[in-house]
Amino acid sequence: MTTGTMTQSRKAIGAVALLALAAVLPLAVTEPSQQNFLILILMGAQMGVAWNIVGGYAGQVSLGHAVFYGIGAYTSTMLLVSLGISPWIGAVAGGLVAALFALAMGWPCFRLKGHYFAMATIAVAEIMQILVTNSDLLEGAVGLTLPMDRSGWGALIFLAKLPYYYLILGLLVLTVAVAWAIERSHIGYYFRAIKDEPEAARALGVSLTRYKLIALSVSAFLTALGGSFYAQKEMFIDPGSVFATTVSIKIALIAILGGVGTLLGPVLGAVILITIEEYSRTLFGSTGSGTDMIIYAAMIILVAVFSPSGVLGLLSDLRRHIGRRLPGGTKTAKADKLEVRP
Amino acid sequence: MNTAPLLAVDGLGKAFDGLIANRDISFIIHHGEIVGLIGPNGAGKTTLFNCLAGFHTPTSGRIAFEGRDITGSTPEAAAALGIARTFQIVRVFQSMTARENVMVGAMLRNKRVAEARERAEQELEFVGLTHRADTPASDLTVSEQKRLEVARALATEPKLILLDEVMAGLNPTEVREASQLVHRIHLRGIASIIVEHVMEGIMPIAHRMLVLDYGAKIADGTPAEIAENPAVIAAYLGE
Repeated sequence: MTTGTMTQSRKAIGAVALLALAAVLPLAVTEPSQQNFLILILMGAQMGVAWNIVGGYAGQVSLGHAVFYGIGAYTSTMLLVSLGISPWIGAVAGGLVAALFALAMGWPCFRLKGHYFAMATIAVAEIMQILVTNSDLLEGAVGLTLPMDRSGWGALIFLAKLPYYYLILGLLVLTVAVAWAIERSHIGYYFRAIKDEPEAARALGVSLTRYKLIALSVSAFLTALGGSFYAQKEMFIDPGSVFATTVSIKIALIAILGGVGTLLGPVLGAVILITIEEYSRTLFGSTGSGTDMIIYAAMIILVAVFSPSGVLGLLSDLRRHIGRRLPGGTKTAKADKLEVRP
Repeated sequence: MNTAPLLAVDGLGKAFDGLIANRDISFIIHHGEIVGLIGPNGAGKTTLFNCLAGFHTPTSGRIAFEGRDITGSTPEAAAALGIARTFQIVRVFQSMTARENVMVGAMLRNKRVAEARERAEQELEFVGLTHRADTPASDLTVSEQKRLEVARALATEPKLILLDEVMAGLNPTEVREASQLVHRIHLRGIASIIVEHVMEGIMPIAHRMLVLDYGAKIADGTPAEIAENPAVIAAYLGE
C-alpha cells in the first residue's frame, strides 16, 4: 500500500508541476503564432483525453467523434448568432445536445462489437456532415461566422491569443479532472472490465449497455465543449472544418499515439502529432493540403507495428528495460519490476 | 423463513437451430448444497450453466430462484439476485491486477472503491492468493487464474455459485486444495453446482450428483448411488 500511495503522490506532484509550467509558459512564448501553436496542442490534448474515456478506458473505438465536436461548435454558435446567448451557456447546451445524441446513437451502435462499432460511428459522422452541409437553417456549406463586434469574457471573443490559451488550458484541466475521477471510481474499473472481458463483466453484474452509454455520453459532452472552443477561437465554422472525417481520425489518433487508457497519454500524443502537423504545414504550405492525411496514416502504421500501447507504453517499456540492464537502476524502474514479479 | 428451494429447474430445454443441447431437465438445489454436474463431453453441461446464469434464454421450461421466476433473465440480473459463475476457459481481466479483478466483483454490492478493496483482500485470502494481489492477472498461472475467478465470483456475495471445471488441468495436490476450497464455500452457506470431469475431486465432497447424457438428465442421487447406476455406467463406458 505504501508504494501505491507514494506513486500516487509522485503523480500528483508531477501533475501540479506540469500545470504550473503550462500556466507560466506564455510569459516565455510571446509571439502570437507560437502562442497559437500552444493553443492547438492544448486543443488536441483536450479532445484526446475526452475520446480516451470511451475509446481508451472502455475500449469502444469511435471514429466518428467529429459528430460531437461539430454539435458543440454549431450549438453554441447558433445560440450566439441567432439569439445572442453567451457561449458560456451555449457550450454547456452543446455538451448536453451531444450527450443526448450519444445516447441515441449508442443505443443501436453498441449492439455492434469491435470494428463494426467503429464503422458505425464513421457512418453516423458522415451522415451528419451531409445533413449539416444541406441544411439551410445552419447555412449549409457556407458556414457560420461569429459576430466580430462583440468581444470580452462575456462573448468569449478576443483579439489577443492569451485569453484563448488560458481558456483552453482550463478546459483541458476540467477534462483531465473528469477522466481522473472516472479512473478512480467504480465506473473506471467497470470500463476496464468491459474492455478486457465483456462476458465476465456481465457475470459480475455489470450492465454493458449502461456503462458503454455512460462512457460515450461523457466523452461526447467534453468533446462538444472542445468544439465550442474551436468556434470561439476561429470565429468561423463550416461542416468541412468541424464535422470532417479527418477531425474524427485526429481525435482518435492523438489518444492512440500517446497511449490509450492512460490519463496523460493523449496530452503527449497531442504534443507529438500537432508539432509534426504544424511543421509540415509551414514546410509544404498550401500545396501540401492532404499531407495531414499522409501523416495520420503513417502514424497509425507506426503505432500499430511498433507500439500498440502508444508512446507512453514505449517509454515505460524502455524504462523497465534500462532498469533491468543497469543493476543500480532507478528507483522507479525497480518499483515497476517489483510489481511485476513480487 | 423462505421455504422455497434455492433453485428449481422444471422441464428446461435449449435448442440451437435444431441441435438440442438440453432437453426436459428438472432438478432442485437446496441452500448450501454441493451438487456435482457430470456427463460425457457434449452432454450439455455448459449449456445448462449458461441458461442458469442468464447467458442463454431457454427454449422451454422454467427456472425459479428462491421461488422467483428468472427464466430468460440477463446475466447481470442473475448476478444481482445471487447467482455467480466461473468460466470453463478462464476469463480474468488481463490488464488488471488480481486484487482489481476481485474488486470488480465486490463492486456489485458496494460501489465504494476503498470498501471493494477491503472485500477483495478477504476473498483473495479465502482462495489463497494474497501474495499475488498486486500481480497482473495475465501473469498468474492457469491454476491461480481459476482461483482468481472463484474469488471474483465470491466477492459478488452469491447464494449459488456455478463452477465450470475449476479442477481441470490441476495436479493431485491442487485438486485436493480445490476440493477443500469448495467445501469451505459450502461452510459459508453458499450452494455450488460443479461441472467436473475430475471424479476424485468431486465425488468425496458432493452431496448429490446430476448426470447428463445427450442433453437429458439420466441420473440424480448421492455419489455412491451414481457410481452404481447402470445408466450412468452405460453412458460413460458404452453398452
